[in-house]
Order: sequence, then C-alpha cells, then structure tokens
Amino acid sequence: MTEPVGTPAERAAALAAAARAGDRRALARLLTAVENHTAVAEQALRVLYPLAGGAHLVGITGPPGAGKSTLVAALIAELRAAGRTVAVVAVDPSSPITGGALLGDRVRMQSYASDDGVFIRSMASRGHAGGLAATSTSAAAVFDASGFDIVLLETVGTGQSEVEVAAAADTTVVLEAPEMGDEVQAIKAGLLEVADIVVVNKGDRPGAQRTAAQLRAMLAPPGEAGRGSGPAARRPEVLVTTAMSGEGVPALLAALDRHRARGSGEATPAARRARAAAQVRGVLVERLWARLAAPGLAGATDAALEAVARHDTDPYAAADALLAALGREETR
Amino acid sequence: MTDRPLKVLIAKPGLDGHDRGAKVLARGLRDEGFEVVYTGLRQTPEMIVTAALQEDVDVVGMSILSGAHMTLVPRVCEQLRARGMGDVLVTLGGIIPDDDIEPLRAAGVAGVFGPGTTIREVADFMRARATPREA
Repeated sequence: MTEPVGTPAERAAALAAAARAGDRRALARLLTAVENHTAVAEQALRVLYPLAGGAHLVGITGPPGAGKSTLVAALIAELRAAGRTVAVVAVDPSSPITGGALLGDRVRMQSYASDDGVFIRSMASRGHAGGLAATSTSAAAVFDASGFDIVLLETVGTGQSEVEVAAAADTTVVLEAPEMGDEVQAIKAGLLEVADIVVVNKGDRPGAQRTAAQLRAMLAPPGEAGRGSGPAARRPEVLVTTAMSGEGVPALLAALDRHRARGSGEATPAARRARAAAQVRGVLVERLWARLAAPGLAGATDAALEAVARHDTDPYAAADALLAALGREETR
Repeated sequence: MTDRPLKVLIAKPGLDGHDRGAKVLARGLRDEGFEVVYTGLRQTPEMIVTAALQEDVDVVGMSILSGAHMTLVPRVCEQLRARGMGDVLVTLGGIIPDDDIEPLRAAGVAGVFGPGTTIREVADFMRARATPREA
C-alpha cells in the first residue's frame, strides 16, 4: 500500500478503494481512522456505508469467561471450512483510570496468519458502556463494505443489561455457561430478552443440558408458557456447544444461517431502524459533545460540569442549560 | 489525534513457554495507559506480522527466553518491512547476550531490554520513539 496523500476526502477515497480491492493494510488503517474519529474516517464511511449491507452481522455476547472468544475461534474454523470469509471485531474494556486496555481475545483465535479470508481486529471500549466500543458498528460497516461474508462482533464480558449489541447485529447470540443461575435469571429483562440464539457453552460440563432445558422452558413462546404476547415476546433457539472441541458449532452456524434467512423476511425493517437509531444517536451525542467542547462553549460546559461535581446543580438542569446554550449559539 | 493511546502488540515468538514476563509487561503497559494486544505463546514470525497488520499497532514488543532471537526477530522485522510496516517500532525483551544487540539493531530492533528493566523504562521508550498511526 502506498501512503495516500491529499485532502481527507481524497485519502479516504483511496483507502476505501484499496480496502475494497483486498488491501488488508489499507483496511487496517481505515479501522484505525474509524476508532480515532478522524476526518478521513468520516469521509470513508460516507463512501462505504452505502456499499455495506451484504454481510451477516452476528453479535456474540455473554458474561466474562463464558467462552466467547473460544466460540468465535470455533466459528471461524467452521466458516472457513465452508469457504466463507469472516471478520471479527473483538472488544475488551478500557481502564476507566488510565485509559489503557489489555486486548486478549486473539490468544484464542490463532493460526490464520496466512489466510486472507480471516481478519481479526481488537478494539478497546474507550469508556463506552454497553458492551461495544462507540465505533464498533462503524468498524463492522467497513468490514461489510470490504466484502466479508460474515462479521462477528464480540462484546466485552457483559452483565445483564448490555443489550447494545442487539441493535448493532442482525443476529444476536447470547452465551451462557452451565449452572450460572436458576430459572428466575432466565426470565429477568435484559440480555436474554434480546437473544436470537442462546448458547450454553462448556457443554462437556455437568449441568449443561439441564441449564439448556431450563432456558428452553423459561424462554418458551407466549402461548406455551403463559407469558405475555407483547411485541418483545419471541423465542430464541437454545443450543449447547463445547467451543474447545468444536462440538455443536456446526449446529450453531446452521442456526445463524436460518435466522439470517428468516430475518430477510418480516422482522428486519424494525430491527434495521433500531440499528440506524443507535448509530445516529451515537454520532449525535459525539457531535454534541464536540460542539460543547469547542472554543465558543467550552467555558460554559466546564462551568456546568464543575457545578454538578460540587452538587451546586443537578445533571438535568446542567444538561438543559447546555442545550439552551447550543440553541443560542445556533441563532447567533 | 495525538492523545489517543498507543497500541502495542506483545508477542512471544518461538517455543519457550515462559510467558510470565510478557504477561507482566502487558499488564504494566495497560496501567501506563497503552492499548495492549496480547497474542500469547508460540507465535511464528508470520503470525506476529499478520496480527500487527490487522491491529495496526504502533509498536511490536517481543519476548524471547529460548535463545532463538537471532533467527526469529530479524524475520519479523523483514516481514514488517515487506508488508509496508517499516515504521512500526520493534522492541525485544528477554535473555539477549550483549554480542547480539548490535546485529539486532541493524536488523531493525529499536530497543533491547534485559532483566531488571522497569515497566516505566519500556513505556517511556515506546512513548518517545513510536510514530502514532494516522490515516
């Protein structure tokens, strides 16, 4: 790859074209630009976004240590055996104190060094709560537009309510380990509610089948379990895998493909709008912060944050005051 | 943007299984505010270079205690250059005889760190010498 020169728009166009032509270095540089919110990234996304939409975006989420990375590695093997190309966005948390991060997901995703059909990118969450990094969805769009068949979005180890990945992915896989909780855990609102597929990993451990049976019973559709029939009620498939040995992984891939095939029918418009909303909301918040930090308003922003920190005012009043200040700036 | 964290790949090429040092360094650099990609044991030069490329790192740090550094490390440097990443800072830690340091520098290793080096020294070196990625 020759180092692109010119205006951000020209550099973005050159990088985007190279990435789409299969230049892995250009693709990696684009992802860095996206992570760092550069002008090049914004221009490149304008080019690439309309070209995305062909890839199957699969979210993989679940508690720390459930086996997300190992399952992703097993899925990569299965997908490559089927001749499909795969990109991975693997998110690990950033330290709230130092901003540093240990990105360790590659440890379990080795041995694709000479295979151009696999591209793994680690991302630090950089203070973004919700399980992904703020730029993960954009990174997935870059992979998508670069021609990968499937993009796996692996979240940080999650708790019960990091449901953001469901808005970013076509299909959301929630991983559970055996014996992680009783039936009441399965009917709480949150993560399990957004699952399209629930996977009980570590299937070789005692209790795996029982955990799966409990989940199946509690996540059953309205009629069968007497649950409500609201719009959120749906029935995820519950599968058992042993990611270490690959057992159950072909069945998982088949389930992913089935969900994808179904999704292209009725459920998509709402899901796609939810994803669009999440993306636009992300950019909107970012832009608002940028304007509040710009010279014209930085003083007012600082003062408002200080006042909240001292408990002189509350966060709601401060936010309203800043919104009003933004409005005044606009009419000036 | 210069305020974003430096991204460092910590890799263990070769066959020795002594990864305590690499893990301590990875953790220490995390605490210094770096984004550290840790790839684990038994990496071939090709695996290291592919990871460096996909992750678009600013620094590749290798740890070797097997004595195979004169074979493996120049190969990583060569492949980095061949794949357009000659500007990536390369550092090496482990048991490296003094006589090997000059040839390693000539091969493209910017810093060699032996036993007793503090994390802070390594972090300061990387901060001073790495060229942050731009796009």
